[in-house]
Amino acid sequence: MTMKTSTRQVDGVTIVDLSGRITLGEGSVILRDTVKDLLSKGNKKILLNLGDVNYIDSSGIGELVSAFTTTKNQGGELKLLNLTKKVHDLLQITKLYTVFDVKDDEAAAVKAFS
Amino acid sequence: MSAHRVSYTLESTLETVNSAEEVASRMAADAGFGEEDIMKIGMAVREAAVNAVLHGNAYDPGKKVALDVERTPRDLVIVIRDQGKGLEVDKIPDPLAPENLMKTSGRGIFLIRSFMDEVEIHPSPTGTEIKLIKHVHGNPGDGKEASQ
Repeated sequence: MTMKTSTRQVDGVTIVDLSGRITLGEGSVILRDTVKDLLSKGNKKILLNLGDVNYIDSSGIGELVSAFTTTKNQGGELKLLNLTKKVHDLLQITKLYTVFDVKDDEAAAVKAFS
Repeated sequence: MSAHRVSYTLESTLETVNSAEEVASRMAADAGFGEEDIMKIGMAVREAAVNAVLHGNAYDPGKKVALDVERTPRDLVIVIRDQGKGLEVDKIPDPLAPENLMKTSGRGIFLIRSFMDEVEIHPSPTGTEIKLIKHVHGNPGDGKEASQ
């Protein structure tokens, strides 16, 4: 049930590999704290790899929006990578798919950061 | 062994949200719904439980959440009741409106309506009851009876 994250650096981009569920409570808090920590350390190019995230609730969606907005407001960029079908569909019906910059190839996603 | 109807009285905690989702998902699986519908039913119930625990009962330990899940030949019917002040449904903004798209909350009821076939919300000064219905027929798993 819990969400796990690990971060790695590729060409100046911080890739956050997430797995599990981003839901109200622990999952949302972990995502929030991870992004907040990265930004505080000056890591402003953030790629969230959601390849192993198979479930997000409305709280998790709100947390993704918050991470996107917070990063942007601090002059950074946040992109999403490898959406599962469930997460893809969820972002489609909430009309957020076109708001987020969504990628499906890690190398291309890293290059896409300005 | 699967029941046709289960009823629980749950605390106003995050654990209740997870429990409600698990119960509904299990009943949906027993009713023969496919994986995608099970996920949708589970998420709808989860969102309704979040509303009950957070916005209805506001984590008040003195207030409970009632959960009923019933499987009829035609439907899976889930009823969730809280003991809050009553949800003001008309005041919930449209989460798809451009001005609301980047808000970090307010999508729960929208997701519930998106994932279920019928949704009834009955607010009152002593609490809100939300009834969620998913039709069994018309699904790939239609006709698959749960073992008794």
